[in-house]
Amino acid sequence: MNPQILGVVVMFIATLLLAVPLGRYVAKVYGGQKVWTDLIFNPIERLFFKASRIDPGIEMGWKQSLKALLTINLIWFLWIMFCLLNQSWLPMNPDHNPNMTPDLALNTAISFLVNCNLQDYSGETGVSYFSQVFGLMFLQFVSAATGMAAAAVVFNALRDRTTEKLGNFYNYFLKSCTRILLPVCILVAVIHLFEGTPMTFKGIDTLTTVQGDTMHVSRGPVAAFVAIKHVGTNGGGFYGANSAHPLENPTYLSNIVQMIAQILIPFAMVFAFGFYCNKKRLAWIFWGVMTAGFLILVVPAVIAEVQGNPYIAQMGISQPGGNMEGKEIRFGAIASAFWSIATTVISTGSVNAMHDSFMPLSGMNMLLGMMINSFYGGVGVGFLNFFIYVILAVFIGGLMVGRTPEFGGKKIEAREMKIAMIIALFHPFLILVGTAIASYLAAHDTNMGWWFADAAGKHNASGWLNNPSYHGFSEMLYQYTSSSANNGSGFEGLGDNNPFWNISTSIVLLFSRFLPIIGPIAIAGLLAQKKFIPASSGTLKTDTAIFGILVFAVKVIIAALAFFPALALGPIAEWMKMPH
Amino acid sequence: MKKELIPSLILTVICIVFFSGVYPLLMWGIAQMAPNHGEGFVVKDSKGKYYYENIGQKFTDDKYFWSRPSGVDYNAAGSGGSNKAPDNPDYLADVQKRIDTFMTHNPGIKKAEIPSDMVTASGSGLDPHISVEAANIQVARIAKQRGFDNNKVAALVKAHIEAPMYGMGPERINVLKLNIDLDNIK
Repeated sequence: MNPQILGVVVMFIATLLLAVPLGRYVAKVYGGQKVWTDLIFNPIERLFFKASRIDPGIEMGWKQSLKALLTINLIWFLWIMFCLLNQSWLPMNPDHNPNMTPDLALNTAISFLVNCNLQDYSGETGVSYFSQVFGLMFLQFVSAATGMAAAAVVFNALRDRTTEKLGNFYNYFLKSCTRILLPVCILVAVIHLFEGTPMTFKGIDTLTTVQGDTMHVSRGPVAAFVAIKHVGTNGGGFYGANSAHPLENPTYLSNIVQMIAQILIPFAMVFAFGFYCNKKRLAWIFWGVMTAGFLILVVPAVIAEVQGNPYIAQMGISQPGGNMEGKEIRFGAIASAFWSIATTVISTGSVNAMHDSFMPLSGMNMLLGMMINSFYGGVGVGFLNFFIYVILAVFIGGLMVGRTPEFGGKKIEAREMKIAMIIALFHPFLILVGTAIASYLAAHDTNMGWWFADAAGKHNASGWLNNPSYHGFSEMLYQYTSSSANNGSGFEGLGDNNPFWNISTSIVLLFSRFLPIIGPIAIAGLLAQKKFIPASSGTLKTDTAIFGILVFAVKVIIAALAFFPALALGPIAEWMKMPH
Repeated sequence: MKKELIPSLILTVICIVFFSGVYPLLMWGIAQMAPNHGEGFVVKDSKGKYYYENIGQKFTDDKYFWSRPSGVDYNAAGSGGSNKAPDNPDYLADVQKRIDTFMTHNPGIKKAEIPSDMVTASGSGLDPHISVEAANIQVARIAKQRGFDNNKVAALVKAHIEAPMYGMGPERINVLKLNIDLDNIK
């Protein structure tokens, strides 16, 4: 087999083989059963809870869980704003990086709080080590655990019984951090240390190159950061070039480890649902639907990147490595294409190649991954998004065959459907309205005044585009799609560090994070209170391949209806114009 | 909300200490056992000067193997790609210019032999590698500039090919290590 193809196949299979036992472990952690990490973490967690005056044994209803979630998120927001606005005088700033401007700090704070990591700054010059470690890395742990805890609340609600008590949010949250994220992170970070990723608090090193030029090399506590960046599907890089940077991702092995680290927990959460709710067959159906979607997106992207750029082919040179603009030699086109789709179907948003320079159809598939946002999805929240589509599919399927819409022995009624519809439609609404406003401004070359200035100090809106024509439109569409999917990758050519983009994407980020958490928890909470009806011949069975296809169809129909016009104006038009 | 405020606040402080204090310190401790104590792998030349082996350097001199074009001019105090779209006319003009420059400096090379990685910028702008094809087409120039036999330089290139890891991933050549060894040839 081609060594590059073998590389990605091994990556995928290894992830699956690790995810099933991890899923069982996660289910045990949330179920409070005995696990091997008890020995280390039981005393630590007991101490933490005692100091925080939390009794992890007290169960909460869905409303109280949400209150706890929102309160603690608000505290984190204030902490990170403090870090970013004061980093110049805070300790651990060997490179003397300045404070962030208020609009950039707002965007960065919200973006890391919501597990998106949009990064309108570059790590080398935009943040101190204090902000990286005590601000951003802290949020990478706790924002991931927030999503996982929310998923755990939903798991609890989907058990076959009637209850108002859905576990303790703080308990789910802390255990997600200590027992799931931390052990995996330690393993990933240690591998990176021995592959060449730095872990030092020293600043920039200056040296003379072989050829005699002076060069500077940024270092930092990268290994610890890069681990949670992937394990928590955060995606925010230590350096500006993210995982394309040769210190952040030094070898093909580190690339495989990072890839596995980011898909591992999204896979495992699906299996954890199966083990926790004793619906293993249903979990495999869900995983199958997600995998089908992933493969449909990833295969064309790999082919497009291997074939290379037809405009460069016209110049008469060879493209043995495929489309190499924005890609690193050590990963090659195939591992980069695989990564670009993996990072967009799950909500990581880390990159090991520059998405702006991918071929148009690859770019379209990245956009589709984020538009659907639940082919795997981010840690915890991916499952929540998927759950919304399941509710829709149960309702539509029930109507089609004339049966009462039920899921897990609970009737789906008008109230749940309204919530599910609002959540499902809010995502396209945020993306399309944002893109429409930005492209209207760019097309009219509006004078943006305080809201925007390009490098030359001009305020014309078209100045934020790095590429003309259809691709320029795609840059704006990508930015809002990435924000609304809480993904964080970008067509990075877009000039996004200015009040217009910082503030508009911050608004999208907040809505698109918290509504898809509140909605599913509310639905699950309402369902949990209902009377449990054992399955009968009148029940629409959900753990079947037919139901899987139905869920897939619902996703495709919603995404196609909502996004096809926008995709036609961007990547599809760009593709049609190309020489074939 | 008020009821949740105190527990949330204390739990936050504890988590900051644990995940931003204990965890990175533990990793820093383990880094002391890694090569160069977690400050980035280095490679030394014959005079004992050190370089970062994973950070690509700018090589534009005809007597060295060239590295790839860079979006940040190989200044590793930053990093990034060109972010140019495949059909951007300015970008395609840049690529054409790089092809022309390469042809001028490497007379006798056929255009179809130039691999695209030699005329396109990497994602980080710090790519330490070039493809095997990209090294091979520079052999004649290097040999001529340094007055070496072609075969001697070609053998050096061959010795620097890094094979796929356990049969996975692309072949590649670290330009920095290749050029350091090139300087060592007597």
